[in-house]
Amino acid sequence: MSLQVELEQHRNVLVVRLRGELDHHTADIVRFKMEDAILRGRVEHVVLSLKDLQFMDSSGLGVILGRYKLIKSRGGKMVVCDVHSGVKRLFELSGLFKIISFYETERSALAGLEVVS
Amino acid sequence: MSAGNFMKLSFASRSENEAFARVAVAAFVTQMDPTLELLNDIKTVVSEAVTNSIIHGYENKPDGVVLLEAEIDGDTVTITVADEGRGIEDIDLARQPLYTSRPELERSGMGFTIIENFMDELDVSSEPGKGTRLRMKKRIESKKALFN
Repeated sequence: MSLQVELEQHRNVLVVRLRGELDHHTADIVRFKMEDAILRGRVEHVVLSLKDLQFMDSSGLGVILGRYKLIKSRGGKMVVCDVHSGVKRLFELSGLFKIISFYETERSALAGLEVVS
Repeated sequence: MSAGNFMKLSFASRSENEAFARVAVAAFVTQMDPTLELLNDIKTVVSEAVTNSIIHGYENKPDGVVLLEAEIDGDTVTITVADEGRGIEDIDLARQPLYTSRPELERSGMGFTIIENFMDELDVSSEPGKGTRLRMKKRIESKKALFN
């Protein structure tokens, strides 16, 4: 099972769309692709769009928390949108729901960040 | 539903087998007619347990063997994941939410917490230098039972 990472930049916001399954095996792809885009480009905030993420386990939580810390240390915000119920439960269980803002759609997530920046 | 039905698999401790393991158990459990949500829970706990064996038991060395078993007894499934890796020194500490022995690997420390939340029972036995065995139990409420 694999994972595809699609990156798209809207001004200072990096939109990251994950498609497939995020586990220990595929976590490195997410880490490297996001790190590369964040450190190279003019990225201030990140929208993590999870509509097509079919599966995630605690390795996914680890890699998301890692990128959250990176973005936060650079003064930006990371938000998550379009989360399935299964993935949502993991966010709730881990307490990530309390520190990361969640939106229904990419559009509302981008609109939310526009207010911040 | 057949009482006493079981399956056993052993595979190399390679991360690409994490997806294989969870899909195999999900396919086996499908005969119990679980809801999609339950099936997803089962895939998640198998993924957590197998990932623990690979990362912590075998420290990412690809030549270890992970043993995976599932047994159906009535409406309950028991899943066992075992390795012959380095073992856990302090099981109580390992089970603490957010605790990880490998923070440098960006682990969330949520593996055991997720298993405890998603399953009805979790039994961990481990001996340093010998390996670790997780036994997880879950009663499966079938879709039929929900609709009746």
